[in-house]
Amino acid sequence: MSHLPYLIPGWILLVGIYGIVTSRNLVHAVVCLSVAQSATYVLLLTVGYQKKATAPVFSDIKPTRNVVDPLVQAMTLTDIVVGATVTALLLALTVQVAKRRGTVDPDELRSLEP
Amino acid sequence: MTGRVRLLVLAVGGIGLAVLFALAAFRLPGFGGTVHPYGQRTLPNALAHHTPNVISSINFDQRALDTLGEELILMASALATVLVLRTVRAEQEESAGEHAYGAAQVFDALRITGYLLLPITLMTGVYIVAHGYLSPGGGFQGGVVLGSAIHLVYLAGDYPALARIRPIPMFETGEALAAGAFVVLALWFAGQVKAMNAVVGLEVGCAFVLALAKFFEQALLVRKDS
Repeated sequence: MSHLPYLIPGWILLVGIYGIVTSRNLVHAVVCLSVAQSATYVLLLTVGYQKKATAPVFSDIKPTRNVVDPLVQAMTLTDIVVGATVTALLLALTVQVAKRRGTVDPDELRSLEP
Repeated sequence: MTGRVRLLVLAVGGIGLAVLFALAAFRLPGFGGTVHPYGQRTLPNALAHHTPNVISSINFDQRALDTLGEELILMASALATVLVLRTVRAEQEESAGEHAYGAAQVFDALRITGYLLLPITLMTGVYIVAHGYLSPGGGFQGGVVLGSAIHLVYLAGDYPALARIRPIPMFETGEALAAGAFVVLALWFAGQVKAMNAVVGLEVGCAFVLALAKFFEQALLVRKDS
């Protein structure tokens, strides 16, 4: 039973992908991509978790104290930063699509130009 | 592809992914266990270099080269956002004063809150950047706080004032200089956690301000030529 928490990120990823596939609005699709990506944050933190351990910051605890895995936390930070900037870029593209084509429904954006 | 076919393809792929993911997850070491070989190797190094915040130590010291790649993704992404949202020839930009986005349109309470929070938020951002090697925080987190802080002026309803305190060329220069300084620090002076925190804070803040400025321009100022 100790492996069940690992299934949560898989579930979040699938929810996000379902949202992208059924999306009727590009802004909604971008948000769903963010949801799908947040699965990686949860997975990384789940992998690094250790029972009865604290945050890996040694300014006010003894160096012998157990801490959770700091490596995956650093990777999560990287992940969040990249995710935020990619979301900004995708939203910028959505703004331009809306201006050029007058719609943000992916189903109406089949051809490259109207 | 109709909606139904698309859902069918999704179902096949999704079930496949779920099964493979579950099989992989149950082969992992137990949740909350004590085996973290990589994490345990980073701890002595962080303590040896007097960086109590191990995450800062990993980002800016032990894995600084990886952070360099991340930093360049951040810059490329911000650059692309600015490029995609630039004003094209068929559009005209109105000067910020032409609209009535004046201070009169918001509640007094909101305006006062915005102006009061501005110095506090700026201070918090600087604190998070500067204290990042000691306590939770660092350049990335503090940079975002700094970048969003000046937009409290917009929240207070004063777009012209925001445009005045946010000269775009200065932030573009700051972004480029900070990115260059980070490359130099990461390649030749690895381990300068405090300096790298400051440079990253500057770069993230500038990138944030630039991207948000472009979104504001699109929302408030751009009119299509008819």
